[in-house]
Amino acid sequence: MNSLHRLAALIVKEFTLILKDPKSRFVIIGPPLIQFFVFGYAAVYDVKHVRYAVLDQDRSALSRELLASLSSAESFERVAQLTSTTQIDRIIDHQKARLVIHVGPHFSRNLMNGEPALVQVIVDGRNSNVALIALGYIGDIVGGFNQALAGRMASGRSAPGLVSVERAWFNANLESQWFIVSGLGGLISMVVVMIITSLSVARERESGTFDQLLVAPFTPAEILIGKSLPGVLFGMLDALLFAAGAVLWFGVPFRGTIAALVASLACFIITIVGVGLLVSSLSRTMQQALLGSFVYIMPSVVLSGFTTPVANMPGWLQAGTLLNPLRHIVVALRRIFLQGADLPTVWPQIWPLLLMACVTLTTAAWLFRHRTQ
Amino acid sequence: MSPSKLFFMRMRGMLRKEMLQIRRDPSSIALAVVLPMALLFLFGYGVSLDAENVPVAVVMDDNGPPARDLMARFLGSRYFHFRQAACVSEAQQWLAEGQVDGIVHLQDNLTARLAQGRPAQVQAIINGVDANRARLIQGYFQGLLQTWQSQRMMQGDAVARPMVGLAPRIWFNEAAVSRNFLVPGLITLIMTLIGILLTALVIAREWERGTMEALLATPLRRFDLLLAKVLPYFILGMAGMGLSLVVAVTLFGVPLRGSIVALFGLSAVFMLASQGFGLLISAAIRVQFVAAQISIMAGFLPAFFLSGLLFDLESTPLPIQMASHIVPARYFVAISHTLFMAGDLWPVLLPNTIILAGMATFFMVMAYRKISKRLE
Repeated sequence: MNSLHRLAALIVKEFTLILKDPKSRFVIIGPPLIQFFVFGYAAVYDVKHVRYAVLDQDRSALSRELLASLSSAESFERVAQLTSTTQIDRIIDHQKARLVIHVGPHFSRNLMNGEPALVQVIVDGRNSNVALIALGYIGDIVGGFNQALAGRMASGRSAPGLVSVERAWFNANLESQWFIVSGLGGLISMVVVMIITSLSVARERESGTFDQLLVAPFTPAEILIGKSLPGVLFGMLDALLFAAGAVLWFGVPFRGTIAALVASLACFIITIVGVGLLVSSLSRTMQQALLGSFVYIMPSVVLSGFTTPVANMPGWLQAGTLLNPLRHIVVALRRIFLQGADLPTVWPQIWPLLLMACVTLTTAAWLFRHRTQ
Repeated sequence: MSPSKLFFMRMRGMLRKEMLQIRRDPSSIALAVVLPMALLFLFGYGVSLDAENVPVAVVMDDNGPPARDLMARFLGSRYFHFRQAACVSEAQQWLAEGQVDGIVHLQDNLTARLAQGRPAQVQAIINGVDANRARLIQGYFQGLLQTWQSQRMMQGDAVARPMVGLAPRIWFNEAAVSRNFLVPGLITLIMTLIGILLTALVIAREWERGTMEALLATPLRRFDLLLAKVLPYFILGMAGMGLSLVVAVTLFGVPLRGSIVALFGLSAVFMLASQGFGLLISAAIRVQFVAAQISIMAGFLPAFFLSGLLFDLESTPLPIQMASHIVPARYFVAISHTLFMAGDLWPVLLPNTIILAGMATFFMVMAYRKISKRLE
């Protein structure tokens, strides 16, 4: 039998192992798809429908105008009209509203006298991110109100001196869904690949067939290829499917090149297959393999910049994230989708992946033989 | 022998077996003790939404006193780290390469326009790939400009007259430190992990290895079996919670404004709900591989994405909000946010606790019935 023949037999065996069981077949296709849609919609930082209450002690035309400009903003939803300051505690404490806008009794008088009029905003800080973003929106609305006011009262009074003009590149409307969904394919395919490959050797060890595989006339390289291929194939399938889904379903722009996308995903998935096989050959039971891949997946997601920026981490940890394959693919995917990167531009993300793939795959192959004793 | 004595004998034997099993397979201990600690450190240090020292390029085409004054204020900010660029195109190249996250451009007519009492523009370009970060940077930037303007005005300089000003107060978290809301949420995640995954694996393992048949043949009743499977992992989970609490308060400085008794009591309810879910999975699916998959997909990931611990639920589309109501972690995230940051506010805690208790009962009863059915 020649090498190719042997290899083909091995590959058929590996695919059969995964595909023969309807439950594990479903696990490869069903949950990733569900996750993609649920997380595509759920994992967003945009702040919408902020429930707020109003306490207007001024009751003038000006205060009503300011509050009207707030209620027409689609991010906000007015739920209550308060009558006294004592109600503020209760409505925030009990989470009936997330912020209270309090216009004091001298609001319009101060404005007419040309003195600054303060509006108090009380925000529930239990989610500090929502609090800050909502305050930012209110700042924008008040800024617009000020400009409109300055235009009307221009005579004798100076308009705001400095006007900031802001633009966001690559994502003009600041859609956080683009940020999450562009990297989601990398994350989900990593989970699938880790589970397929980490179980592949451990399953055979547990049922005792791995020793048979080792005494069969296969070279370590052939076993490695046979064990890697299902993971690579299913991983690529999932990742490309989700890339298409990001563009076609979620409307994320695709500004880079297909070549860059395929090349970086392929390098990433081969690296993860290496990690999965490494975990697999280190574990004696399937349970250990699963726990092992989980121990790998969790920190790798947290330290990838997928949900929260790497730049906010302490310096030593930022340096550590360079060893995380997911970090590189998340950066590469975002650059390809949103910033229009091509193959040479994402090379700084690809070469670390290639390097890590070499290390993990060769170590795994070496462990196949040396862990059996 | 009396029935109660028999019951204790059976339980002692079964609990001893479970303890031995935990001790002999180090991966369970790793999951219950080492992983939560590792996660807590990872999240505590690795996850933060507070942007500090954001690298920003500044292009100064104007060198008049107001521009330099503005620049000095920028340099003193802890949010930004400024780098001077020679011209706009150089700054734009830095932005495209990811060396800076934003550009501030002071145009050459700034001083002149301000002197004439006309509005002058300060242009800011922000990298919008990370939309949330971009929004926060925008907010910081506007805040800086506003402070500068009001200071100039106080000095009698009529460059600006802010008409309506904002006096924001962020309750429960004055400095808006994201760690204060992320770490309590993380404790939820750790408890979900121990409760669902570990519990799901233990029964599926008995089926897979064929030892379940042997267990069912012993005088052990179904109730005993369930109790013996729940108790050891309940203790592990609560120990993990206690450990996380100590680290959260001492190392990360997260406030605990509610009472410890309430925290432990409500955590126990949540732990039982998670364990009930894990038991149900393992009773229904007898294969470890699939049981673990389902506990990660249906237990752990929703606890991360659909619980409000990082992403705000109220901002998601309605179907997602509805789906989140069947995730036990959602209720405990609300409980732990309130307990840690606000205090013992029973009008918030009670409804969430009642739902969790209902879920715990439902899952346990379902698991019990699932096991008993297979016997007949």
